[in-house]
Amino acid sequence: MSGRVVFRSVWLPWLLVAPQLAITAVFFLWPAGEAILQSTQLPDPFGLSTQYVGWENFDYLFGDRYYRASFLTTAIFSLSVTALSMGVSLLLAVLADGVIRGSGVYRTLLIWPYAVAPAISGVMWLFIFQPSIGLFPYWLKAIGYNWNHVLNSGEAMSLVVIASAWKQVSYNFLFFLAGLQAIPRSLIEAAAIDGASPWHRFRTIILPLLSPTTFFLLVINVVYAFFETFGVIHTITAGGPGQSTMIMVYKVYADGFIGQDLGSSAAQSVILMLIVGVLTIVQFRFIERRVHY
Amino acid sequence: MVRNNRVATVFTHLLLILGIAVMCLPIWLTFVGSTVTRAEIIQPPLPLWPGDQLLLNYREALFGGRNAPVLQMLWNSAIMALGIAVGKIVISLLSAFAIVYFRFPGRQLVFWTIFLTLMLPVEVRIVPTYEIAVNLKLLNTHAGLILPLIASATATFLFRQFFLTIPDELAEAARMDGAGPMRFFKDILLPLSRTNIAALFVILFIYGWNQYLWPLLITTDPDMNTIVMGIKRMIPSADDYGNWPVTMATAILAILPPALVVIVMQRLFVKGLIETEK
Repeated sequence: MSGRVVFRSVWLPWLLVAPQLAITAVFFLWPAGEAILQSTQLPDPFGLSTQYVGWENFDYLFGDRYYRASFLTTAIFSLSVTALSMGVSLLLAVLADGVIRGSGVYRTLLIWPYAVAPAISGVMWLFIFQPSIGLFPYWLKAIGYNWNHVLNSGEAMSLVVIASAWKQVSYNFLFFLAGLQAIPRSLIEAAAIDGASPWHRFRTIILPLLSPTTFFLLVINVVYAFFETFGVIHTITAGGPGQSTMIMVYKVYADGFIGQDLGSSAAQSVILMLIVGVLTIVQFRFIERRVHY
Repeated sequence: MVRNNRVATVFTHLLLILGIAVMCLPIWLTFVGSTVTRAEIIQPPLPLWPGDQLLLNYREALFGGRNAPVLQMLWNSAIMALGIAVGKIVISLLSAFAIVYFRFPGRQLVFWTIFLTLMLPVEVRIVPTYEIAVNLKLLNTHAGLILPLIASATATFLFRQFFLTIPDELAEAARMDGAGPMRFFKDILLPLSRTNIAALFVILFIYGWNQYLWPLLITTDPDMNTIVMGIKRMIPSADDYGNWPVTMATAILAILPPALVVIVMQRLFVKGLIETEK
């Protein structure tokens, strides 16, 4: 860095970073500050005045059965989405890595669902699983199972997990395929000569060498499940039935915009910011380490 | 040597085709749903082969529509996606240029301020951001759809990384020839960054197009809705059969532009995806 040629100007660099800083200040720092401020306040029922209440909003939140439940819901939801989408994409990537002919075609056919918005994925899966007209409930009924995610919370959770995971498979597939293709063939062939079976080779060579990719995808998928699946929840279940699919991000919206409980919503925002902060640091530490390899 | 026998190869291909079929099934059923009549949908099972109502349903979706015509929503989505993609790229190019090629007091501070935006996705700060946008009179405007999403730490980092790989000699030579910083930026840095810009554009276009929560808050007027969020209002509720074929046609229309971008610019897309996450 020290030897780098630099231009000299007092005002030009500030002019160059001005747009970025202005947007950051107005739409990131200011709202984040507001959220922190509001999380310590309680507006009166008419929204005319606010009162400083310290930690009360947080105390209230952690005492709230529904909020604690939404932690658990979020954990179950994110783990399921991550496991399902990573499992399916690893399988597909291993298969695609094994074929010599046509792997380009398979890749093209598998990556374009990336372009589908989570909300649209929600609409499509809702259509397929709609209890009265959907194709799957019709098939399930034929084998004696009555599907109704509008009433059954387990089914509602399964449906939002499937719709969220489906969209993410393309992304994971691309990274797994790239990771697999970076593993030297000679290692696998050496193991084969020593008599290791395909499953044994996969477990003892491929999987460990793939672990950086896997860990990276783990973080990315958890972040995705936490923050980008709002559209899926909103189109399919709106948090219901009951509160069974009320993930934390959805609850911020539901309490803030529908419930108009601004203090609580702001406190939830602050908690989410802390979670994003931790996830970002984990991600960066890991990436730093990878760069140094 | 790893044995590659014929049976195993055929088996692998079959499994792959099965996997692709499962992955494509929802889109296929959505497409079928957009080509049949309402009566055919209300009486399950849904046929597995497209019907003959394609033109009718798409025409109704594009020009009729229950809230706003889809054509209008597509237009809003296009403005939003292009605005976000172009805006993010311009803003990030400029700030990365400043951070790499200038030494100024507070440079580290600027860098960390930009980094902070990474940690604050719009989903976690919706209520205050919404209030600020309303105060700034951004409700129901294209600027309101674009501006709050336009700052990008990722793009800035990407360009910073890239600028750091450009040999110093280039800047030195430019300086010796008497070129000022902006001349260097325009004539040397920009042409060198062309591939990176294009790759990033693909990713950011899809990001902008697929936004849901922010348009949901900031556009209350149906004529300002984007297609990805506008479709929510077209979903028939549980006890009314609504117009599923038109809703499904809208879903296909919402997928088409970003899907085409991914397929046509596949190489750039993969490059962009892998580099933005590094």
